[in-house]
Amino acid sequence: MKEGLRELPPLPAILDPGNSTRNKTGGWGAFKPNIDKNKCVYCLLCWIYCPDAAISRLEEENKVEVNYEYCKGCGICSQVCPVKAIEMVRR
Amino acid sequence: MREIRFHGRGGQGAVTAAQILADAVFREGKYSQAFPFFGAERRGAPVMAFARIDDRPIRVRSHVYEPDYVVVLDPTLLEVVKVTEGMREGGILIVNTERNPEDIACETCSKVATVDATTIALDILGVPITNTAILGAFAKATGEVKIETVLDSIRRMSPAKPEENARAAERAYSETKVLEV
Amino acid sequence: MPEVRVMSGNMSAAYGAKISGVEVIAAYPITPQTTIVEYLSQFVSNGELKAKYIKVESEHSAMSACIGASATGARTFTATSSQGLALMHEMVVVAASMRLPIVMAVVNRTLAAPINIWCDYSDVMFERDSGWIQIFCENNQEVLDTIVQAYRISESKEVMLPTMVNLDGFTLSHTYEPVEIPDEDEVRDFLPPYEPEYKLDVDNPMTLGPLVTPDYTMEFKYRMEEGMEAARKEIPKAQEEFHKLFGRKYDVLDGYMLEDAEYVLVTMGALSGTAKETVDELRKEGKKVGILRIRVFRPFPREEIRELLREREAIGVIDRAHSYGSRPPVYLEVRDSLYGEETLVNSYVSGIGGRDIRTDEIKWIFKDMEDSSKKKEERMHWIGLRR
Repeated sequence: MKEGLRELPPLPAILDPGNSTRNKTGGWGAFKPNIDKNKCVYCLLCWIYCPDAAISRLEEENKVEVNYEYCKGCGICSQVCPVKAIEMVRR
Repeated sequence: MREIRFHGRGGQGAVTAAQILADAVFREGKYSQAFPFFGAERRGAPVMAFARIDDRPIRVRSHVYEPDYVVVLDPTLLEVVKVTEGMREGGILIVNTERNPEDIACETCSKVATVDATTIALDILGVPITNTAILGAFAKATGEVKIETVLDSIRRMSPAKPEENARAAERAYSETKVLEV
Repeated sequence: MPEVRVMSGNMSAAYGAKISGVEVIAAYPITPQTTIVEYLSQFVSNGELKAKYIKVESEHSAMSACIGASATGARTFTATSSQGLALMHEMVVVAASMRLPIVMAVVNRTLAAPINIWCDYSDVMFERDSGWIQIFCENNQEVLDTIVQAYRISESKEVMLPTMVNLDGFTLSHTYEPVEIPDEDEVRDFLPPYEPEYKLDVDNPMTLGPLVTPDYTMEFKYRMEEGMEAARKEIPKAQEEFHKLFGRKYDVLDGYMLEDAEYVLVTMGALSGTAKETVDELRKEGKKVGILRIRVFRPFPREEIRELLREREAIGVIDRAHSYGSRPPVYLEVRDSLYGEETLVNSYVSGIGGRDIRTDEIKWIFKDMEDSSKKKEERMHWIGLRR
């Protein structure tokens, strides 16, 4: 059930910031990225390119990891990785 | 209510003349209104501006069709525009010209006034912008407004050379020739 | 002390914005609005007005900048005319839908083609359904006063809608007449600083105007209509308090010699003055004629008009715009207000593209109303059209 007239703000606004994190999109794709940490050179191209900000930096080990709750499996990270460390595999 | 029509050429300051007049009569305690009629104006093209004077607030917004006073800023306009068109019986015609009022035709006028505003403007301002000089002639011919008030409004509202413009009006006031028709 | 000066409608608009304490101005020049922009940029550059003046490359950008500024809680002003308003249109609707209390002076000018810089209301009538409060002024004093009132109305937490203050191109914008500039301190009492309930704030973020599904838009649009309903109450309140503080009385509708009038002409804007003068002349001849000037066009005062006009012999409505293939906009709304009544309502399209409207023409209109009422037929005319 959607909010009623009086439960919505009077102007077309979303008042609770970051509420899109409630929408888990991790199940949308047929494929998912698999990162080979041994090959990763921590160039962060995947981190920049990911349209859903679903790649996190592991600063202590200079590696990246995928947040599978939000990764839609688009495969861009795999395409941009210069050392072919990201392989798209069946979910 | 008295209605005034200014005829000039683009660049002579007919619109500013109407505004300065409105300011001066208002400062003497009357109500006033001044507005331009903008055609597809270029410098030198015939232009018109209007003003109204009354003892009560002015509501009417249409152009002036039956002026009590007609002010002509450029002598060559007499040949191309019928400046007395619609003029009220007993009105006053004020013309910038070297000629004498006797040589300007206006049968229905009570007075015709002339002044060589171009020479005055060239002498004092160095440019043939005749609007402030002609206001001196207006004050003299109509008695609607004191010359001192006109000079004061000129000083406050002239976009350039306020003192020189005031002097032009003052000299025109003294040189204006008025003919009772 | 308030100061009285002989000044143009455009200068009155600029002073209205200045004494309202606007904080952001974004505008693009267009004839006949240009000098409003020039005066305001002068005020800002010489330090008389502490505001941010944003130079933009078009009217579309001007309104976009105003939307951004207003959303952060700044008191925001802009002004435009004609083609500029048309180019701005997309963002005009966004401003109202985002419930931002922007105030805009619209210096009314016809729309091309043919190109023409003179007044009619075809520009603003295209924004009729945009969600803006729309007020039409009769003189320069009203322009200044209405801009001050407009912020008070628009910023009301119940209203939250922008306001267009309309002034006739040239007939007001370039006409000089005496105008009183109220004291800025007194204006502060009438118009406290703008403190919105919702605003873009980095410490307390929100998203304004996001993409939604059909599940949501209808509710937000309905709330806009509620804002308009609230404006029906806020406008008279603002006018009343303005009267108390500054001594000048304004109403949603401005009736002139209405009480016993059998024939009433409905007008808007500056031509109303000429119409009132005509009424004075006709009254001397014993004609029972009057004027009803619509000052507030949005929200439209439907009930008030019905009450005032239902028992008259005939009503005439002057429109300075037309709805091609239908009937002119103000006529339609007045006719609708009188639905179910037997009152005769005639339409007079006039003053298109700045065609001068003279006392003689208004007299002709009253005569036509009298004649049409005898013959019991509603009439539609284009006044001053050469045949």
